[in-house]
Amino acid sequence: MSDLILSTATRFLMPLFLTFAVFLLLRGHNEPGGGFIAGLVAAAGFALYSLAYSPGRMLQLLRVGPRTLIGWGLLLAAVSGLPALAAGTPFLTALWAKLHIPGLVNLKVGTPLIFDVGVFLTVVGVVLTVVVALQEEED
Amino acid sequence: MTALPLAVLSPFALSALAPWAHARLKHHAGWLLAVLPAILTAFFGSLMPLAASGAPASFRTPWVASAGVMFSFHADGLALLFAVLISGIGTFILIYAGGYLKGHPQQGRMFVFLLLFMGSMLGVVLSDNLITLFVFWELTSLTSYLLIGFNHEQERSRRAALQALVVTGTGGLAMLAGFLLLGTAAGSMELSEIVEKGDQIRSAALYLPVLILVLMGAFTKSAQFPFHHWLPNAMEAPTPVSAYLHSATMVKAGVFLLARLTPALGGTPEWEASLTVFGAATMLAGGALALVKTDLKQLLAYSTVASLGFMVMLLGIGSPYAVKGCLVFLTAHALYKGALFMVAGAVDHETGTRDASALSGLRTGMPFTAFAAVLAGLAMAGLGPWLSFIGKELALEAVLGGGNLWLTAVTVLTSASFVTVAGVTGLRIFSGPPSAAPKKAHEAPLSMWIGPVWLAIKGALLGLMAGKAAAFLAPAVSSVLGRPEQMKLALWHGVNAALGLSALSIALGAAAYIGWDRVRSAGRLGDTILKWGPDRLYDLSLDALSALARGQTRVVQSGYLRYYLLAVILTVMTLAGHALYSRGEPPVMVSTVPVTAYGAAVALMIVASAIAAVLLDTRLGAIAALGGAGGGVALVYVMYGAPDLAMTQFLVETLTIILFVLIIFKLPRFARLSRPWSRVRDGLISIAAGGMMAYLALVALHVDLHPPISSYFAENSVPAGFGRNVVNVILVDFRALDTLGEISVLGLAGLGAYALLKLRLSGRKAV
Repeated sequence: MSDLILSTATRFLMPLFLTFAVFLLLRGHNEPGGGFIAGLVAAAGFALYSLAYSPGRMLQLLRVGPRTLIGWGLLLAAVSGLPALAAGTPFLTALWAKLHIPGLVNLKVGTPLIFDVGVFLTVVGVVLTVVVALQEEED
Repeated sequence: MTALPLAVLSPFALSALAPWAHARLKHHAGWLLAVLPAILTAFFGSLMPLAASGAPASFRTPWVASAGVMFSFHADGLALLFAVLISGIGTFILIYAGGYLKGHPQQGRMFVFLLLFMGSMLGVVLSDNLITLFVFWELTSLTSYLLIGFNHEQERSRRAALQALVVTGTGGLAMLAGFLLLGTAAGSMELSEIVEKGDQIRSAALYLPVLILVLMGAFTKSAQFPFHHWLPNAMEAPTPVSAYLHSATMVKAGVFLLARLTPALGGTPEWEASLTVFGAATMLAGGALALVKTDLKQLLAYSTVASLGFMVMLLGIGSPYAVKGCLVFLTAHALYKGALFMVAGAVDHETGTRDASALSGLRTGMPFTAFAAVLAGLAMAGLGPWLSFIGKELALEAVLGGGNLWLTAVTVLTSASFVTVAGVTGLRIFSGPPSAAPKKAHEAPLSMWIGPVWLAIKGALLGLMAGKAAAFLAPAVSSVLGRPEQMKLALWHGVNAALGLSALSIALGAAAYIGWDRVRSAGRLGDTILKWGPDRLYDLSLDALSALARGQTRVVQSGYLRYYLLAVILTVMTLAGHALYSRGEPPVMVSTVPVTAYGAAVALMIVASAIAAVLLDTRLGAIAALGGAGGGVALVYVMYGAPDLAMTQFLVETLTIILFVLIIFKLPRFARLSRPWSRVRDGLISIAAGGMMAYLALVALHVDLHPPISSYFAENSVPAGFGRNVVNVILVDFRALDTLGEISVLGLAGLGAYALLKLRLSGRKAV
């Protein structure tokens, strides 16, 4: 089913969805957002693309298979807990590095961000796995 | 001393290299791999003086310290006796397996399994901690499963392997429970401490449960009646396995356990009664069934069953004579039975048959094998001046000393059966005119006769040099009796009652040997009974278990989503309802927050949407109405300051719609197929479930089971988590492990959905 309005709109909406997802992911530690919500938004964007064009086109765009994404997400989340072990604290204890250049950058980067990216990837993977499977069912 | 755990773990390490060695050296790899157990034998032997001096080598390091589990080893006399037998006989088994399975494509695998088993068995006998012992014990069951099922293309092998695993595994679980109770009763999980608290354990209320559970572990492992049937069936295994596991080592693990725990559990009337009764029953069953078999390995297997019963019975009597007799007999039995099994394998290998009634005159073709067989056969019969003769004398004196007439009779009869079996396996097939075997008999390769010859000579020498044997066994006897014990062994005890009984048993056995053909035809009856014996019972119970599983699966797993939902909802209602009912006091039904106009509007929207979702009879309409309800709930989140939840809810509603759009065209036209009464039932259940959830929510508002920790999260979110969004900080930092678990479940659920959809697809393609 190719619909001109839907496919044209998707072309503009899709970057918005993805940008917004990244925005939600990064700001999630301080403002409403986070890996789970960001993952849902990104997945919605891809699902829209898949509806407007085809699952095959969407998978081309995604480059990585959705089931592979699940694996990477879980792996990343689990691995983010390992530095804590090396530091002698319990698994998954947050570790932070502060990057501070006066007047320019004031950034705190920590393992929870890696963890949240893992959550993000897992959610995207799960939703798209189901979406693609359902859509292929249609053919 | 760290050498002790290294010695136990070394066979495991070597097993990793075995396939590599086999790939390069083929069947000669057996000779190379046997170097390790040979070194281990010398090592364990060198620890014997320490054990004899009363300061045995030991090693202890925490494993799961919080649960009192130590990785600890304790090399006392009993442990070393077994360790020397395991590594010593293992040396020749590896060499023998090299010759026996020469050219077999999976020979490397056999070496791996044998080494794994060796390490596990060493672990069992040397472990000090009960849990460590249990882990190694289970490892012997697992490796034995792999070894019995080595010829896995054959259904009989697979069945035998599974049977051994099920029987010994069940006993192992009982034993684990017994160990935990024993640890509680003794206040320690270390065997070296437990054996010193015998009085405390025997007077504890837990004594009887501990005894029963531990006996189940020991009896299943050592093939005691009525669990004996797995052992003869395990003869499906290649002969090196039978010789090693099912005669010399693993089946003696149960006897080892009983001996090990004698100072802790022994000496009570319950102990004595159960061990002597089961031991004697096993002796009779094994001894009688051995007489009617013609397959060499079956003959030996049943006589092994009888021997194990003999050892258990002697431990049950528990007098110093009995313990000495038991350990001397155990050592002698390991030597001669291992040798005889290897002989049977060599005969099978060279002639192509194991049928004793079809074989004769092999002495000319297989002189070395015949030499080993005669020597070991004499040991088994208790005739020659070998170690087994001393053991038999001691055992008979112990039985006579116990003053129990029928135990004496059982012992004499079983000994007679040993004489007959020894005659058949050690003499009959080698004497007389050469038989017309499928293959012309010629001597087995060196690798296959060196083991039996060595073991048979060893058994003979230990008898002739009784002083050396006594010095070797004394520390083990002291371990079992729980006190230092002097040990003198002598071949000649003078003319006494024991010697008379010995002569009687030899006469009976010889008579049965001469009339072997007639004994067997008379024993057909026994075979008929055997068909209805424990082996059949095992099959029936497995079938019953399968039938039960099938039945309950049919009931529980209907395959209809609606029944699963019904079950989930009813379960929740029953449990939560019961909790609410038993709590008693009704909740305060007055709202604590002011009712606002927009709040009421949202509530109305949710309720209206829900009603519409139920009443609408188009799918798209119903789904849209449900989305409305979900959106209303999200608005409630917004009103009470939970933007994260609201966002999630909105997104999930959106995605649900998307997913639904994907399948709506595939669904058949909406129709009312359910009967009116089932709709009424579903409606009632729905209303009840919803009502209860509302009630629950009201109650929950006023219950503080634990002081809330939300304030902790709120206060520490910024200083400890560097984030102002408390929800996110909880998710990725404070409760990150929970989140990791949740996304794992999510990932699996996604894969599950994928599998279900794809399975249906491929199923449809197949049609």
